[in-house]
Amino acid sequence: MDALRPPEAPREEQDVVLGPPPPVRRIVVDGTPTVVAPPAANGHSAPLAPGAIGLAAPVRRPQPSPGPKVERMRTESVTISYGEKVAVDGVSLPVRQGEVLALIGPSGCGKTTLLRSLNRLVEITPTAARAGRITLDGEDIDRMEVTALRRRVSMVFQQPNPFPMSVFDNVAYALREQGSRRPGKEALYNHVGDALVRAGLWDEVGATLDHPALRLSGGQQQRLCIARALAARPEVLLLDEPCSALDPRSTQVIEELILKLREEVAVVIVTHNMQQALRIADHVGFMYLGELVEYGPAEQVFGSPREERTREYVGGAFG
Amino acid sequence: MEAATVPAPPTSPRDSVSSWPLRDRVGYYACWAAGLTLIAVAGAIVLYMAFRGAQYFDLGMFVESPNAALDQSQSGGFRDPLIGTALLLVLSTAIAAPLGVTIAVWLTEYGRPSGLARTVESAVEVVAGTPSIVLAMFGLVFFQQQWISFLTFSSEGSNVVLGRSFIAAAAMMSLIALPLVVGATREALNAIPGHVREASYALGKTKAATIRRVLLPAARPGIGTGTALGMGRVAGDTAIVVVLLGAVMQINNGAGGSVFGLFRGLGSTLTSYVYYNSPAGEGLAPEKAYFAAFVLLLLVIVLNFVVTRIARGREQPWTR
Repeated sequence: MDALRPPEAPREEQDVVLGPPPPVRRIVVDGTPTVVAPPAANGHSAPLAPGAIGLAAPVRRPQPSPGPKVERMRTESVTISYGEKVAVDGVSLPVRQGEVLALIGPSGCGKTTLLRSLNRLVEITPTAARAGRITLDGEDIDRMEVTALRRRVSMVFQQPNPFPMSVFDNVAYALREQGSRRPGKEALYNHVGDALVRAGLWDEVGATLDHPALRLSGGQQQRLCIARALAARPEVLLLDEPCSALDPRSTQVIEELILKLREEVAVVIVTHNMQQALRIADHVGFMYLGELVEYGPAEQVFGSPREERTREYVGGAFG
Repeated sequence: MEAATVPAPPTSPRDSVSSWPLRDRVGYYACWAAGLTLIAVAGAIVLYMAFRGAQYFDLGMFVESPNAALDQSQSGGFRDPLIGTALLLVLSTAIAAPLGVTIAVWLTEYGRPSGLARTVESAVEVVAGTPSIVLAMFGLVFFQQQWISFLTFSSEGSNVVLGRSFIAAAAMMSLIALPLVVGATREALNAIPGHVREASYALGKTKAATIRRVLLPAARPGIGTGTALGMGRVAGDTAIVVVLLGAVMQINNGAGGSVFGLFRGLGSTLTSYVYYNSPAGEGLAPEKAYFAAFVLLLLVIVLNFVVTRIARGREQPWTR
């Protein structure tokens, strides 16, 4: 038998229609795997345009942000190599405030490297070299002082990594200037509280700001890291697979948070979870072997990809 | 019940030790014997010293200065050696801990040029491997130089530089503790995942600020462990005390009654007190030597206990 039997029709009418049945993949020997999208259930609009592929369940798409879309950053033919190995190859992308840009692609495709080039964190790797131009509000980031750049382009990592200090001090960390003249707690209190509110953590930790941050749960720690990144009021927020170490509930909280944050900061998220990209991204960049294969609105990249490689990836064929 | 339906796993013939091949049995029992022997030795030391120490237990020993007297009832206690041990611990830790942490930070966080870093590593290993009597001899030669005579003891009106003082002894003692501080701090710093450093850089912080505000606080348990281990070694060393501290019976203030004068002075520690009073030395007060030895043993055990306590709260909070 060269094809799987589709699942039988539900024996009885269910009260709650969860969505269309899962797609059926026809396994064809010596052929490109294709996935047939299930027909949309009655009364439910299909989550994507006809021809959508690779989705096991309908995904709730975010409403577009009502605010204006402002371009904050732009990469122009950015190429990054580690020694001989080219990790990012001639990528040009806009990063806009008011929307979430998701970078997807298989492991080792250069998406994290590209993300880390936006705040010049790649420079830490001794063998890394970069060509091409990256601008922040029209200004070349290579001409900016690196500490000033990183205050404006903040970052959250894959693993929650609060510092070994109190919740308050973690958030205040970026606000405290280096040197002897350091603002007191009172001066910082409003900023810290504001950042915690924006990161949706205030209700949980507002009363215990002096507790050690490392005692929080994983999801709270990651939101604390987001609050810490937001404290200095950055213009761009970089997220490197921020939910991959978290449980589904914490993931949902953070995704809702990201959608809220895109109004005030430009958000770039690296994710290997295509469902997540579809849930939160306005624009998607698909990278493969260092190349930006396809860039476009999420509906288009997932619904009707122009490139064969994109189609195969979002169809779950590789990666 | 579901559990009842699960068949018992078949017993392997190797489950019973008596059925093992002879070679395996010999190895197995050798492991047991080695462990039990060590317990016996450690237990014998602690129990014997506790027994002899308790036999001559006398709180007055802690507050009386030792005296030169053949009659044991006149020879006093070990107040001065106790103070000497404490003073040497404080001084050598004050030198070894900051120096060791600095070296460890440089090695793990900078380490460039790498040739220099490797040389520093070798130097730390050389110091760690040098016997304390060799350190003591070197220290004596070093501190006998005229231009640093202000650091060492000199009798009034004399220009002879003896090269002995608490400062000289502590300086050499700190070399015993230094490799332990460096090792434990490096281990602690290496255990901090790279993304924690990057998180600090990504907030616009410099490397120096990251080290001061994030890495050193995170490495504090490691620093504490290394320091406490080093203090245990310092408290237990005799050679340096005999050569560089004079091992005199009473603390001999170097210049007047000032604190610096005390640092320039001569003295002794519990180790040298035990040595000179036991049958191995002059053997004039073996009972007091036993009691002092017991106090010293307790001190080192307490330091090791502190190490274990520090190390227990040390599991890495971050995943890599």
